[in-house]
Amino acid sequence: MSNTTTTAIDPAAWIRRQSRWSALEVAFWLAALLPFYFFPTYLMLASQIAVAALFAISVDLILGYAGIVTLGHAMFFGIGAYTAGLLSAKAGWGEPISGLLIAGAMAGAVGFVVSFLIVRVQHLALIMVTLGLGLLTYELANAMSWLTGGTDGLRGIDIWPIFGLFRFDLWGYTAYSYTLAVLFLGFLAARRIVNSSFGLALRGIRENVRRMPAIGSPYRRHLQAIYTISAAIAGLAGGLLTQTTNTVALESLSFQRSADVVVMLILGGTGRLYGAVLGALVFLLVRDRLSGVNPQYWYFWIGLMLMVVVLFMPKGILGGLTRLAGRTKG
Amino acid sequence: MTKTVFGAIALAVGLGWTMAATAQETVKVGVILPYSGPFADAANQLDAGIKLYMAQNGDEVAGKTIEIIRKDTGGPSPDVARRLAQELVVRDGVDILAGFALTPEALGAAEISKEAQKLMVVMNAATSIVTEQSPYAVRTSVTIPQLNYTFGKWAFEEGGVTQAYTLVADYGPGHDAESSFSKGFTEAGGKILGSDRTPVANPDFSAFVQRVKDSNPEAVYIFVPGGGQPAAIGKALVDRGLAPPDTKIFAQGELTHPEALESMGDTAKGIITTYHYTLERDDPLNAEFVAAYREANGDRAPDLFSIGGYDGMHLIYEALKKTGGDTSGDALVEAAKGMAWQSPRGPISIDPETRDIVQTVYIRQVEEVDGSLQNVILQEIPEVKDPLHGAN
Repeated sequence: MSNTTTTAIDPAAWIRRQSRWSALEVAFWLAALLPFYFFPTYLMLASQIAVAALFAISVDLILGYAGIVTLGHAMFFGIGAYTAGLLSAKAGWGEPISGLLIAGAMAGAVGFVVSFLIVRVQHLALIMVTLGLGLLTYELANAMSWLTGGTDGLRGIDIWPIFGLFRFDLWGYTAYSYTLAVLFLGFLAARRIVNSSFGLALRGIRENVRRMPAIGSPYRRHLQAIYTISAAIAGLAGGLLTQTTNTVALESLSFQRSADVVVMLILGGTGRLYGAVLGALVFLLVRDRLSGVNPQYWYFWIGLMLMVVVLFMPKGILGGLTRLAGRTKG
Repeated sequence: MTKTVFGAIALAVGLGWTMAATAQETVKVGVILPYSGPFADAANQLDAGIKLYMAQNGDEVAGKTIEIIRKDTGGPSPDVARRLAQELVVRDGVDILAGFALTPEALGAAEISKEAQKLMVVMNAATSIVTEQSPYAVRTSVTIPQLNYTFGKWAFEEGGVTQAYTLVADYGPGHDAESSFSKGFTEAGGKILGSDRTPVANPDFSAFVQRVKDSNPEAVYIFVPGGGQPAAIGKALVDRGLAPPDTKIFAQGELTHPEALESMGDTAKGIITTYHYTLERDDPLNAEFVAAYREANGDRAPDLFSIGGYDGMHLIYEALKKTGGDTSGDALVEAAKGMAWQSPRGPISIDPETRDIVQTVYIRQVEEVDGSLQNVILQEIPEVKDPLHGAN
């Protein structure tokens, strides 16, 4: 379609333009290396931010791009976390990279099964189904305490050094290098997905699900595919958390975790991958700072911040910044 | 990349040293607790115990000032507790880790205590294994088997009960309570007729209580979390006619703590509980503690969390006195081993082998004293150790 007479945009060229790297993006990822040099005592926090960001990206793929509202995504995070933990604690396999891949695959497999149910419901029912599935998984893990360790958490996790060389140290150098690398790879994959024709089809589903079959797009299959991918990425995030902290407890499956990740997304801005990363960064940094100042009431400020963002920056912090940048330019 | 990483490590180690150098005059204690979320109340009670001890004893020990750094975990989250412990060690340069209301959080942080060789004072988390996870961990609270294994034995030997039914909340502490009570009871010669588990959140007890009644036990052992459940289960028991003296009701102390007694009213009469701290115990040290605590906390009575925090601080103070201000984990844990003192809860000590607490277990019965319901002590079983250590 190299039509020069009409003003219609060539879709392939449009996609290519979208997927070009901007200087700002490169600067962002370089900035992610700063903690190594300037904040070496914050590396564990940085590592947990990277985990939260990867989890937020997985939710953004379905919530921000495909319009699947979920309040139960911690289910996949937890499945990944427990898979990585059980591999080491029960099966004695502590090799981190293969363990992480198995964790992601496990979560993805469960996600694929669940996706058959997910694509059949919408709106309020969808929220209820995801919420219900999340709670069911939580209770299941609680009931199977012989396997999961129940409320005490899983014990005996021992993760081997990465490539047999880099031990997980007290300062968190290995942990942050590892989580940042996985976050970057996960981000690249997500970026490739949303900037493809498949990603465009997802946005079409989000905007108007009835029209998609009319233009010959099999929306159910698309939704299933993205839901499975999202579950697998969430599983990777969960596996990372287990491997870098050597602990996993029921909390990794909790409703709180599902809700927090949605809060992060809304803060950062949905439907734009950097919003997920930024949201996780802001949420965990603010939480860390505020809970240091006042350990009892920090959630009050998170609530206030959420309301301010939703009222004044409906597209999240990133959306607000983009609009601001646009205004100063124009 | 590896070069820069090594550079950064060198830099970091340097920073760590300067931090240690400036920290000479103060002893920093990092307190990790769930100050927000569902367990915030427990954290606040524990923290009030810490504050009271410091208010009474000043903040100077062995020529050094005690500085408390508080960190919130926001609920049962071991990964956050672990990260906070790690940050407290590398960033704030703390000498001692303390707090730990919840077992998973204590387990998460234990590894840091072990690796950084810092004394870890467990002020509540009540699962046996906690102190086994780090050679620097010391507990000043209680363990569930300590109370309930002892109670199970007592029920058969002194309580005159030969068969019983157990009904516990379906979560970690409930499972532990069920197994340790049953173990003590059956080892003494008793018979467990049946065991049921109730949901942790908002259970309807009537169906469970009916099942208990159908098997017609001499006694029923109950373990439910605090809050609204004691009153609910008390009512369900009375409605089905399961009440003392026909059927004995056994439980761990949470069931009949002061707030719960208020909401249960007369249905609580005759319930027999096992606990390590009895608010009304007639003892000058306890009376003084309760009065001071009530004054500092708007008439709120101390509970097991408060006493754990209070005694935990005592242990830290005394250990520092013994080492003459040496804050190394090895010196402090050596000082703590075998330490014995008079606590408001009674005489307690730290087992030199397991670093776990040894204390008196009280068997109490709810009775009306001067028009109000109280836990009246039936029997004191002195110097009880956790029965599970070394068992597996």
